[in-house]
Amino acid sequence: MFNWLDMLRLLPEQASTYAADVDRVFYVIYYITFFVFLLVTFLLVFFVIKYRAKPGQRAIYSHGNNALEIVWTAVPSAVFIVLFLISASTWANIKIFKPRGDVDVRVVAKQFAWEYYYPGPDGKFDSDDDVKLDHDFYVPVNKKIMLRLQGTDVIHSFFVPVLRLKQDVVPGREITAWFEATKTGKFEIPCAELCGPGHSGMKGWLNVLSEEEYQTWAVENAVSNPASVN
Amino acid sequence: MMSEVSTAHAHAAHHRQGFVATYIFSFDHKMIGRQFLFSGLLMLIIGGLLAMMVRWQLGYPEQPLPITGWFSEAFWDSENWFAAAAPYGIISSEFYNTLFTMHATIMIFFVVMPIMVGAFGNFLIPIAIGADDMAFPTLNMLSFWTAVPAMILMLLSFVVPGGAAGGGWTSYAPLAAVPDYAGVAGPWGVNLWLISLFILGFSSLMGSINYITTIINMRAPGMTWDRLPLVIWSLFIVAILLLLALPVLTSGLAMMFFDRMMGTHFFLPEGGGEPLLWQHIFWFFGHPEVYILVLPAMGVVSEILPVFSRKPIFGYRAMVLSMVAIAFLSWVVWGHHMFQSGMNPALGTAFTLTTMLIAIPSAIKTFNWLGTLWGGSIRLTSPMLFALGFVFLFMIGGLSGIFMGSMAVDVFIHDTYYIVAHIHYVVAGIIFGVFAGLYYWFPKMFGRMMSEFWGKVHFWLTFVFFNLTFFPMHFLGVGGHMRRIYNPNQYEFLEHFAGMNEFITVSALLLGASQIFFLLNFVLSLFFGRRAERNPWQANTLEWTAPSPPPHGNFEATPTVYHGPYEYTSPLVEEDYLPQSRYVEGAVGTAGGGH
Repeated sequence: MFNWLDMLRLLPEQASTYAADVDRVFYVIYYITFFVFLLVTFLLVFFVIKYRAKPGQRAIYSHGNNALEIVWTAVPSAVFIVLFLISASTWANIKIFKPRGDVDVRVVAKQFAWEYYYPGPDGKFDSDDDVKLDHDFYVPVNKKIMLRLQGTDVIHSFFVPVLRLKQDVVPGREITAWFEATKTGKFEIPCAELCGPGHSGMKGWLNVLSEEEYQTWAVENAVSNPASVN
Repeated sequence: MMSEVSTAHAHAAHHRQGFVATYIFSFDHKMIGRQFLFSGLLMLIIGGLLAMMVRWQLGYPEQPLPITGWFSEAFWDSENWFAAAAPYGIISSEFYNTLFTMHATIMIFFVVMPIMVGAFGNFLIPIAIGADDMAFPTLNMLSFWTAVPAMILMLLSFVVPGGAAGGGWTSYAPLAAVPDYAGVAGPWGVNLWLISLFILGFSSLMGSINYITTIINMRAPGMTWDRLPLVIWSLFIVAILLLLALPVLTSGLAMMFFDRMMGTHFFLPEGGGEPLLWQHIFWFFGHPEVYILVLPAMGVVSEILPVFSRKPIFGYRAMVLSMVAIAFLSWVVWGHHMFQSGMNPALGTAFTLTTMLIAIPSAIKTFNWLGTLWGGSIRLTSPMLFALGFVFLFMIGGLSGIFMGSMAVDVFIHDTYYIVAHIHYVVAGIIFGVFAGLYYWFPKMFGRMMSEFWGKVHFWLTFVFFNLTFFPMHFLGVGGHMRRIYNPNQYEFLEHFAGMNEFITVSALLLGASQIFFLLNFVLSLFFGRRAERNPWQANTLEWTAPSPPPHGNFEATPTVYHGPYEYTSPLVEEDYLPQSRYVEGAVGTAGGGH
């Protein structure tokens, strides 16, 4: 009956190792803010009803209460410090302590499409045997994928909702981002940063394949596959 | 500027100077305040209509706009700017980008700033501190007349080849720094955007210097800092923020103009520049700017809640200190707009900490407003309803801000509708502060009362449709719905949101339509409203001791201040209010902050 109250049921499915971590922080903040929302709204409505002007009754003459000021400064401060700490570890896991990639993919953003480059059999980027893909790219499930994001014109943003991954792509530099998919499937990659008149509809597809499917795909497309060497 | 001229006739009895000196090139702070008010309200209508068109496209993608079906074939064939932007009423993606860019630009720079800072600041500062005018009346006039060409250029940009700016109100480089990337017929849309805001920066500077000087030097005898009304405190702090923040934006605008037209590469990597430099400059201005917008609304609400609760403000010193804390912290939070920008992620951690810190003074203010209501004798007049509405909306906007303040959650909700919901609860919520202030000070500004009944109708319709419009945007954001996209139907994962988008659009159209009640009430009251007495709300602050509307020079004699601004229900007097300038035996030393 109160199902609609759970706004977070609208979150897309979780398909990466850190998606659940992001959602957990989301839920913690959601429950805390929902409680504060109910409390403040209740007090606001309750005070307005209870203290409506009545003939012959004067308001209380009070300039405040220092003890209360200290309480409602200290309690939010403590809550915010806790929120900072739980956010910091998840953030560090996604953006700061990036693992070595099992598969490296270079993603190039331009108005208004994503391009993907894999090293060829020599295992190196920027050689003659690099493999270029449009629209779709392919990664194995349960492997660490390192994306090397490069821009050519304006700023774009690589966004995969099911992975809980978003990273702006800035021309003039390479920015790395990583993920480990936990589900196979085909997932949309919208551009999340306004990039011009074709911004809407600039999208690609992430195809997460099982290990065997990925091996087959890599062989067929002459893509270097260090994962298979292990 | 016709509207100012016609409405000013309502109090034509006071003008002894010529027509032009009274109504157009006026030195009087009250007239300049009214000029800012009318230009702001005019732009509010335009900005609102742009928003309606944005919503139309999202609710009914690529369907012809209503009414455009009546336009003739000749209209669509002719070379006019609208036929190019929306052929046969169907909004093009370029025009869509223009719509949301100009909506935000107009609402922030030409509605909220002129009304909150320009209109309320000009009207209230001298009269609420007991001065006869601003410190520099000529500079004050110049401030308004510098804003006018900025406004005209911004509106003119719609009709240049290629249309108005479409790079978002943030105009990120390189999209906005290289004309070719915009994909439209000419560079002048963004150029005029840059020039207009560049000019407007000077207007704000002139205003802020004036405000600071006036508040420091021209307070009436006895108007000590701890007897200063909170709205004046808020405007004082805002003036300092403006003085320090605007030049940063102005410099950035000039750099971007050079990049576009003169071959420099401040923000362009191919010449050794750095796109993120623009974001740092923009948000170093942009975050103090948010507080420039919201602090005066907080001040207005802190003025109105005590009057209609008949109680002193709860925690006067805490209210002042929290505003000062917000002002300081607003300089060190800008990076939270840039968590996903590619800036060093360790820096993001630091910015999350400062962002959590700045939420604390906002929480303190909300609790103190609740404390003011506690034990009061509450009258639900239209200004009070809008003030309570602001508190409610600001609370939601503040709470939703915690989500993106957490850099972990921001990874997902950055650049989604969650952000759009948040900024509207904060910035569009400020409009509730604007309405609260207008209903409250209208009698002083124009000498007539607005209709209470229609004010309440306006409040309830606005309040309901505001929440029906903006609250569901949180849901879209949680679903990953990106902001600034032209057609959500292009994405499979957003297909299930089509119904919600349509619902939001209908609510938004009704929210817009509800403003007709305000417009009618406002215009009709100007001419036919009941004559206002000096102090219709039985308030304490000095502006209510002057005639309504106050003549040139404001006061018959310079008032002397004996009390803090919020001595309601004081045991010293029989009435439930004690004007700041009324001498009572035994009350000397009663400050606003209590004992």
